[in-house]
Amino acid sequence: MIRLEKRPQPSRALSLSTPIMAVLATFVFGGLLFAVLGKDPVEALQTIFWQPLFGEYAFYYRPQLLIKGAPLVLIAIGLSLGFKAGIWNIGAEGQYIMGAIFGAAVGLAFYPAEGWYIFPLMVLAGAMGGWAWAMIPAFLKVRFGTNEILVSLMLVYVAEQFLASMSLGLLKNPEGYGFPGSRNLQQYAPAHNAELFAGSGMHWGVVAALIAVIFAYVLLAKHRLGFAIRVTGEAPRAARFSGVNPARLVLFCLGTSGLLAGLAGMFEVSGPSGQITIDFNVGYGFTAIIVAFLGRLHPIGILLAGGLMALTYIGGDIAQSNLGLPAAAIQVFQGMLLFFLLALDVLTHYRLRIGAAEAV
Amino acid sequence: MKLTTLMTSAAMVLGLATGAMAQDKTKVGFVFVGPVGDGGWTYEHNQGRLAVEEEFGDKVETVFVESVAEGPDSERVMTQMALDGADLIFTTSFGYMDPTINVAKKFPDVKFEHATGYKRADNVSTYSARFYEGRAIQGHIAGSMTESNIIGYIGSFPIPEVIRGINSAYIHAKKVNPDVQFKIVWAYTWFDPAKEADAAKVLIEQGADVVLQHTDSTAPQAAAQEAGNVITFGQASDMAQYGPKPRVSSIIDDWAPYYIERVKAVMDGTWESTDTWDGIGPGMVGIGEISDAVPANVKEEALALKDKIASGEYHPFTGPINKQDGSAWLAEGETADDGTLAGMNFYVEGIEGSIPE
Repeated sequence: MIRLEKRPQPSRALSLSTPIMAVLATFVFGGLLFAVLGKDPVEALQTIFWQPLFGEYAFYYRPQLLIKGAPLVLIAIGLSLGFKAGIWNIGAEGQYIMGAIFGAAVGLAFYPAEGWYIFPLMVLAGAMGGWAWAMIPAFLKVRFGTNEILVSLMLVYVAEQFLASMSLGLLKNPEGYGFPGSRNLQQYAPAHNAELFAGSGMHWGVVAALIAVIFAYVLLAKHRLGFAIRVTGEAPRAARFSGVNPARLVLFCLGTSGLLAGLAGMFEVSGPSGQITIDFNVGYGFTAIIVAFLGRLHPIGILLAGGLMALTYIGGDIAQSNLGLPAAAIQVFQGMLLFFLLALDVLTHYRLRIGAAEAV
Repeated sequence: MKLTTLMTSAAMVLGLATGAMAQDKTKVGFVFVGPVGDGGWTYEHNQGRLAVEEEFGDKVETVFVESVAEGPDSERVMTQMALDGADLIFTTSFGYMDPTINVAKKFPDVKFEHATGYKRADNVSTYSARFYEGRAIQGHIAGSMTESNIIGYIGSFPIPEVIRGINSAYIHAKKVNPDVQFKIVWAYTWFDPAKEADAAKVLIEQGADVVLQHTDSTAPQAAAQEAGNVITFGQASDMAQYGPKPRVSSIIDDWAPYYIERVKAVMDGTWESTDTWDGIGPGMVGIGEISDAVPANVKEEALALKDKIASGEYHPFTGPINKQDGSAWLAEGETADDGTLAGMNFYVEGIEGSIPE
């Protein structure tokens, strides 16, 4: 008989070592999966984890890690604030889309004007777009007590329809022969979120993600608001007694996460993606939820988790191409990694007891 | 521009390396937007890839990555294939257009083939199929067989490709049945079995006894089968498992001849940037077996129509045709030019409703 027994204090040693154990478990079971599929497991793992970082073409993949990881980290940082306080913004994908639409719309409105002020205005518009979209569930929750999980999630689908409408109508490239999709902002210099150093992968979104990590770290560690967030999540009653205003906290957490998701969308559409298209969003807003939890809702953890997710995506694509692994196998592998990370997380809070249960 | 030079030199080194190893293996990459098992669009492109392997055996090596999102992910996958020594890369979705052009600039020695787009370069060709030719035959069968005179149409996205198909099917249904009416539902997806099934059910509830689809899953076929007396057509792939009824025929994308020809051109050193838009004649668009559920005389007419289109004797867009607003588009005997067809953003006269924006 195996039982779980709650630890009086979460184990710090395990909290640090479970991620490594999870990665090892994934190697073993993932390797088995690849072997069953008839591939050399060592080669497959090496392709996914080693190639992008230290392989022959690492000079290309390392910058790609920044490009893929930045939006994940930026969104996840915002989400983690709310998650810590028990405020569940599940709709970052929608806020990401709205940020992209607002940012791109401002940029396209200036086309073909030149001016240093265009890009800053786009940043502002992108942030506002994401913020405003998140304010809908925030306001409804504060005013009418609606469930922010449902409202924010449903608004993702509304945002997707809005995106399709924009790609086919208002923001459609007038020189695009009737095809959907906006002008490519990469070809409009004042609106282009270009790499700060060519070939580095460092665009403004990466900078913003790093600033967000530092900002969240300081906020949670030093600021009174950070204390309010933590105490609300851990002991809501105590929070109320200590003078935390729950409505203001909801507005702050949803607003901030929306703002950061909006920024992520804006930096993506003006940089790596370049265009508003029907399929612009590829799930960063949902993956960021995983990244937030994978990083234990801690800013530094999120930074590492974002990097790890980016690595499995990039390495996974290389493995598909070079080894002929099916995409589904890569997804199972990624799922395994998350499963083990979260499953082993139980051990930091509980200990295993082997033996007969005590009579009740 | 450091990266560009770096990659160009890397590509050149690779080019030299493959040049030296040479002639033994041509490496061909495929970037797919869906899973190879989607039973529709990506499935048929993958069949084309397999045909290339079959044709050239040891002389060719193919690689592919499936379910690649449009945008920066596709750009990375293409770059990776080029870095790994691909000589020719097929990018098989409209949304890969700008990424293909971007990557092609960095690898001038690698050839690219982009499906359904309009941007070309010295090392980028485009190719697409005249699916509207197949739609004409579907329209003919649909118009002849409908009893409720209501034909349902599941559109994916309101883009020229899809609108062309709707117009072509409508014109030919109307020719054989002046009372025919089209009901169009936009699914805003290329592949989503749940949404497609819903769309099919809605159309059937509204009285449609023929459902045409421009989405890739077999879900509408299943919905029609369940409803009984409804006929459908396979899309992108034959979907023969739903025959002889509801599926009475199909439009099949057959990329194999084109892929083989282009790979051969790379091997021979004769590859050039071109724009290919082929139809039934060259075999890029196939018409799946017309089942026995179709009356013999209708089947005969449909096959005759197919032959006339294949030989070039008849163009599915031949005047007189007016636009939806009643203004004249094509005069008596005039045929549509490719430019107008490529950017088609209007319905022809008689179709109800407006194209969503």
